Amino acid sequence: MKTRVALLGTAAALAMAPAMALAERERGSSGHLNIIYWQAVSTMNPYLSGGTKEMNAASVVLEPLARFDNLGELTPWLVDEIPTLENGGVSEDLKSITWTLTEGLLWSDGTPVTSADVVFSYEYCTHPEGGCSYRDRFAGIERVEAVDDLTVTVHFEDVTPNPYLPFVGAGSVIIQQAQFQDCLGARAPECTDANFAPIGTGAYAVSNFRPNDVIEFVANENYRVPNQPYFETITWAGGGDATGAARAVFQTGEMDYAWNLQLAPEVIAQMEAGGRGELLVDFGPLMERIELNFTDPSPDLPPDERGTRAHPHPILSDIRVREALSRAIDRELLTEIGFGPMGMATCNFIVAPPAMASPNNDNCLVQDIDRANELLDEAGWERGADGIRVKDGRRLELLFQTSTNAVRQDFQALIQADWREIGVEARLRNIDAGVFFGSDPGSDDTYLKFFADVQMYASLFEGTDPTPHLEQRRCGREPQPSTQWQGQNINRYCNEEYDALWAELNREADPDRRQELVIALNDMFVQDYAHLPLVARGRVSAASTTVGGIVMNVWDSEHWNQAEWYRIEE
Amino acid sequence: MLSYTLRRLAFAIPTVLVISLIVFLMLDMAPGDPTGSLPLTIPLEVREQIRQSLGLGDPVMVRYFKWLYMMCFVEPLHILAGLTGWDIAPEGPRILSWQTRSPVGDILVQRVPQTLWVVGLGYLFGILIALPIGVISAYRQYSWFDQAGTFVSMIGFSVPTFFTGVVFILIFSVWLGWFPSMYDTTHVVRDWNSFVFQAKQIAMPVAVLALFNASQISRFMRASMLDNLNQDYVRTARAKGLGEKTVVLVHVLRNSMIPVVTVIAIGIPTVFTGAIITEQIFRVNGLGDALIRAIYVSDWPMVQTITFIFAILIVLFNLIADVLYGILDPRIRYD
Amino acid sequence: MTDTAKPLNPDEAFRPPRNQWWDVWDQFKTHRGALAGLAVFVSIILFVVVGPLIWQVDPGQLNIRLRNQGPSRDFPLGTDQLGRDLLARLMYGGRISVAVGLVAMFLGLVIGTLIGVLAGYFKRLDSPLMRLTDLFLALPLLPLLLILVTLFRDSLARTFGESIGVFLLICFAIAITSWMQTARIVRGDVLALKEREYVLAARSIGTPSLRINTRHVLPNVLSPIMVSATLGIASAIITESALSFLGLGFPPDFPTWGRILYEGRDWIEQYPARVVWPGVLISLTVLSVNYIGDGLRDALDPRIRGR
Repeated sequence: MKTRVALLGTAAALAMAPAMALAERERGSSGHLNIIYWQAVSTMNPYLSGGTKEMNAASVVLEPLARFDNLGELTPWLVDEIPTLENGGVSEDLKSITWTLTEGLLWSDGTPVTSADVVFSYEYCTHPEGGCSYRDRFAGIERVEAVDDLTVTVHFEDVTPNPYLPFVGAGSVIIQQAQFQDCLGARAPECTDANFAPIGTGAYAVSNFRPNDVIEFVANENYRVPNQPYFETITWAGGGDATGAARAVFQTGEMDYAWNLQLAPEVIAQMEAGGRGELLVDFGPLMERIELNFTDPSPDLPPDERGTRAHPHPILSDIRVREALSRAIDRELLTEIGFGPMGMATCNFIVAPPAMASPNNDNCLVQDIDRANELLDEAGWERGADGIRVKDGRRLELLFQTSTNAVRQDFQALIQADWREIGVEARLRNIDAGVFFGSDPGSDDTYLKFFADVQMYASLFEGTDPTPHLEQRRCGREPQPSTQWQGQNINRYCNEEYDALWAELNREADPDRRQELVIALNDMFVQDYAHLPLVARGRVSAASTTVGGIVMNVWDSEHWNQAEWYRIEE
Repeated sequence: MLSYTLRRLAFAIPTVLVISLIVFLMLDMAPGDPTGSLPLTIPLEVREQIRQSLGLGDPVMVRYFKWLYMMCFVEPLHILAGLTGWDIAPEGPRILSWQTRSPVGDILVQRVPQTLWVVGLGYLFGILIALPIGVISAYRQYSWFDQAGTFVSMIGFSVPTFFTGVVFILIFSVWLGWFPSMYDTTHVVRDWNSFVFQAKQIAMPVAVLALFNASQISRFMRASMLDNLNQDYVRTARAKGLGEKTVVLVHVLRNSMIPVVTVIAIGIPTVFTGAIITEQIFRVNGLGDALIRAIYVSDWPMVQTITFIFAILIVLFNLIADVLYGILDPRIRYD
Repeated sequence: MTDTAKPLNPDEAFRPPRNQWWDVWDQFKTHRGALAGLAVFVSIILFVVVGPLIWQVDPGQLNIRLRNQGPSRDFPLGTDQLGRDLLARLMYGGRISVAVGLVAMFLGLVIGTLIGVLAGYFKRLDSPLMRLTDLFLALPLLPLLLILVTLFRDSLARTFGESIGVFLLICFAIAITSWMQTARIVRGDVLALKEREYVLAARSIGTPSLRINTRHVLPNVLSPIMVSATLGIASAIITESALSFLGLGFPPDFPTWGRILYEGRDWIEQYPARVVWPGVLISLTVLSVNYIGDGLRDALDPRIRGR
């Protein structure tokens, strides 16, 4: 674990080494690079897909105005500087932000990049019939205005303390107006050529795209850094499974870079011993958790009241039971078995960025069966004949659901065993991921309806600002019949203090105070045992030892600095 | 004969249509949601918009007829236009895969060559191995060769391809390192070395399929030969003093081939669908792989289209088999 | 072939009447492969049915500290990534796999026989039923199975509970896609039987159709049905494990052989045994059943029997 973080550190240091050493390298001097994505890329237009793999592949072609670097800091990308209050880029009333494009930027077809392209990208994604996956990045915008050829101003409808959502990060890229202007709205999917080979400003251009199979890239001749990218061509293969991808990097050396290797720790460890590659791990906001239902999911209730706040949960409304469930779980063991070096046991709701992660909740990391038993005794749950606790004739039995996935089923089995020790019976259920994570209001099996007592899944947020993520747990944001079961307050948490604190955060512009508020909100939520954080999950990729310049980034695309990757000469 | 063929054809078309309707309606009831595989960071309002933009708003039958029209006219014309360069591609919407948001036809065109190579070669080798084994086994019934052949072919079709495939990968790819573990679709055969590479990358899937097919066909061949060897005409031929070689290879073999040829024809589509698992194991980016991945992410237009193509193949080859039977066997007369 | 002109032995000619199944058994015994197959199949059945009574280890029992163990006295075949005993899992999983094979075969047989008899016996039903059979034969089965399973898994699991729901679905899906051959064979035999004198005689004295079928027709088409039954078991077991192998069959907490094999794939390099054992068991079962089918076919064929 430590050695890997250190390795990442050196990789970062390498990338940031003085330009002196890198200047010798020529564009295309490193030859060919092989990347494997075992879940193949289905389109090159991130606006039409929303998947991480598509976003990553598109990020070597299409770029935003600014990116997050590997530390989560905003970095100017197609602009010279980040607009702030200090430099006047962000207006005093926090209602607009003005970006100025770098001069002389060219698309890969040689035409200049103008502010009109930026405005067009906004129009493309916000078209009501387009079904753009990153529509929320452009939420709350009144209009986007091209001031002159290189200047563009985003006007927000409201005070927006964090104006760095539109055109920032790999999900909010600039597309070329000339190429996409006939592809607005319902016509978007018809522009297959454009969607499969968008013209971009990035280091590479698509030379061949086969959906769900393979992409071939060539270096962009018009890339703004004259001697980059170092690799002339890239083959971005897809298909197979995570094991095969890992094997291709670690053992056979067929591939140079493999993405998303969620494999059993022992498998990874054994492959790594091959010595041809190294594992790249970094932790972002992705966290595996158990949600505890605050409402009664009993099927005996009328359909429009089941799982709503009208009926509090008969067992889980008691904080002592919730705490006992949390204490009984051996998080370190879960991490070791399920994720190994790719996970960290956690007790926090907001696990990243590091500055936002609360230091106050480490008490849950150690399993404490005795304390858990005490809590349940206090709460009046007595052991029954079969060891399962009973209170007022009701068995302490919980329906535990999750999506169908080998690691999750292992976790279910382990947690079931932990809970049995404190006299809690968990009935396990797993649901196909396509159904579980679907948003079809007609299905009773979605994680949104949550017709179970506890459920496990992983969730995360985009970018570095947890405000919208914290917002989800406000009262009234829960899925309910009146909202077609849409909403992200999955556990139906409702706490006025929390809501008030969040409102304060949403108005606050001072970064230090924001950080305090985020931690306070996190602590309030977690110490209420409103849900049980389990494991913070890292992004895991593998790179061949012959490729240098890779800097793992969890805040943006993993390929954010693709131009700087190079082949290490023997 | 011609009228029979036409009659069969007239029945084949409604069959295919009914199948397409069944598949379409079934998928329409599907609980899986195409937005279910998107990351959780995408808000629900946006998901709803995506669902709308996928055309899920129309009533079922409207969507069915739209799909059928596109499936039968638009996509074939586009594919033909793509292959020949003629300007015959009609305007208007095409069947779009939900996952890639691109026309299904284009994806299929990219997938078919791999499937044809691997499945076709697997079948071809299977036949080539099976015929001689079947003939010799039957001729020397209950000899050690027959016993061994029967045993091997029993094993061949009893051991599921997913097990043989996994064992092959373990032995030849992981332990011995002879063959690559991944199929490279962009590989172009230019010279001897690239041909060797191509041969290497299809060796394992082809071997697995060939083994499986050979064991089935050889059993048919053996049975058919045995049937004929006991016939009176064989005794007559022998009585006339014909050489054993002529008797077996000319008289018996030709007659025995009749049912075997039809079995081979009927087997072709099953081989396509059966190769789904083989493609999955060896990561061959063929039709079967496309189907499985589409099922995983609830990409129903893709699933519908591929299933429909499989159905057409089955109906077509059944028809071919029947007609072939009539042509090959003079005793059979359809009227 | 050559011994047709054997002189008739008087003892044989006047031997007391004897149940024809003894003849079948006598013939079956001479088929060495079939006999071996029967022995293997019976031992596999014993392994999965009686095995768990002797080897009383809970297949779901976790031993986190003892995970990924090699074979030892406590775990004869070692443990998996959660420390569950592989032997117990194979026994328990085998129960499900074999049960799926038997139930799916039985369902398929019932559907196939029913349709075959109806089509063969009632002229009016013949054409529509045979068109239906043709239609089903033209369905792409594996894709259809995959679709069926994805579509109905969760709704059935909700109605009948996780375990029974999936079990029923898979059996039903396999049955609905595998009855056609049986139907065709049965129909052909019934067509021929129905013109036989004894059936005509039964009909002439006013026996109702149902009785004719159950008393006179069905017993006589039993032999083709039995052969297709054995083949049905084999293909049902293969189909179930293929589905599980594609991750679309039983859920992960259900250790069927196919599922164990699928899960073992990631570990094939470190612990090949986890793939080999379930694979060998599936193959052995199918192989033995196929051999039994072969022997039965020969034994039930009166042209071959007694030769």
